[in-house]
Amino acid sequence: MTGISSPLPREAQHAPSVLRNLRVLLTQIAAIADSEIQKLRHDPVELFTRVIQPVLWLLLFGQVFGRVSGIPTGGIPYQSYLVPGILAQSVLFIAIFYGISAIWERDLGILYKYMMSPAPRGALVLGKAISAGIRGLSQAVMVYLIALMLGIHLRHDALALLGVVGIITVGAAIFSTFSLIIACIVKTRERFMGIGQVLTMPLFFASNAIYPIALMPPWLRVMAAGNPLTYQVDALRALMLPGYHLAFSIQTNIAVQAGTLVVLIAVAAKLYPSILD
Amino acid sequence: MSRWAIEAQDLCKRFGSFLAVDRLSLCIPHGCVFGLLGPNGAGKSTTIKMLTTLAAPTSGSARVAGYDVSTEAVQVRRRIGYVPQQQSADPDLTGFENLLVFARLYGIIEQRRARIVEALELMDLADAKDRLVRHYSGGMVRRLEIAQSMLNDPEVLFMDEPTIGLDPLARHTVWERVAKLRETHGTTIFLTTHYMDEAAALCGIVAFMNTGKILDSGPPHELTAKYGSGATLDDVFIRLTGQPLAKSGTHA
Repeated sequence: MTGISSPLPREAQHAPSVLRNLRVLLTQIAAIADSEIQKLRHDPVELFTRVIQPVLWLLLFGQVFGRVSGIPTGGIPYQSYLVPGILAQSVLFIAIFYGISAIWERDLGILYKYMMSPAPRGALVLGKAISAGIRGLSQAVMVYLIALMLGIHLRHDALALLGVVGIITVGAAIFSTFSLIIACIVKTRERFMGIGQVLTMPLFFASNAIYPIALMPPWLRVMAAGNPLTYQVDALRALMLPGYHLAFSIQTNIAVQAGTLVVLIAVAAKLYPSILD
Repeated sequence: MSRWAIEAQDLCKRFGSFLAVDRLSLCIPHGCVFGLLGPNGAGKSTTIKMLTTLAAPTSGSARVAGYDVSTEAVQVRRRIGYVPQQQSADPDLTGFENLLVFARLYGIIEQRRARIVEALELMDLADAKDRLVRHYSGGMVRRLEIAQSMLNDPEVLFMDEPTIGLDPLARHTVWERVAKLRETHGTTIFLTTHYMDEAAALCGIVAFMNTGKILDSGPPHELTAKYGSGATLDDVFIRLTGQPLAKSGTHA
């Protein structure tokens, strides 16, 4: 055999072993995630345009509402209190429209080739979710820089920063996978855009991103308690703001987010091939 | 090893009341270049989708590279390559990065970089490997897709109208590469095309399909001889499908 000569015979390439299978699975997950990093490397403009929205929220909304007394922030200045909420919001806004990239990839024909590869559907979904996390992390860097410029004091210890990386990655993964499920159901860009807009606002306002749950009427508190964004913001506040006390326990925060992600990945892996129909 | 690279038995695909593929049976030997020919809507692309595990057959069965497309889909996927009808490389990645994604998805770990470079060289794309695909010509994208489809050293390569939209020079380059692939790797190639000259140049066996059924099949020279002295595959196409190529358009 010449040309693209395999170093191993065809059958030997498929020889199973647990360790090798795990390595292959991680490679398959990395395939999709890494391609997104390369795209950002080729065209980083998006990273800078996306920073405008959080800047406006922190500068305009934060400064005005910082003057309103009576928002129970637990003694934390409102503008500081707002930073983790706006970070979570900007990650949500990126992730919730992520499904549209799957529709675009299907229209380009790329998704057909992904589906025809031996990679498990779950690996394709997880790769996509991690790539959303990477975009989310770039947003976190920007928000930290803005906070620094505004003189807002945030925690900078390694444990806190590591925790923020984890929460942002999982948070982006949750909403991007949710978005992928919607894309699999609605299938067209036009319908998706409509639904994306409808979902974003309730997810944002029915959470503790810009005000504490204590301020909400009871029916909205119930909605906020069922919203994964609430738990992300709570965890982010504990990891970013010195002196913040968690509204939910660490165990609750982790259980809600991990559980939500696992369920969503399982559903998306099942539905993913249907986006081709 | 199974006797046939591809075998299908009474394969059917129904969309609502429309029967896209109607009891299709075929056996394709290893190392053969097989051409599935027919007008738009004949069922060619649906057949490819079933054989490549992208669409579940409504009834019937098929084995590709020795594995059942319905019950052993992952085994089939490991052993096939696919060049879709639509040009489908990612324009926002370089040629090398496009291949890297698929090398990883196919679980290629050993000598991954060397294999990608080798595939690019075989398709004459080594010099363009670090250029974004959005700057490639149509012919280059096609060659990149063929390079990508070869990465896992497939036993069976499916090509859905591989030269559609290409200029004559680019078409001939693709033909050369396909012929080389079969010679050097013994790859079985299943292609659909509207170009009868392409089928005559490349295929050891062709089958004519219309309204979901295979109407006739055999080596091109035998088929042309069967349909009259001096007949071409164009003539066979018109005789079997009842329509000239111009009417059939260019998309399946």
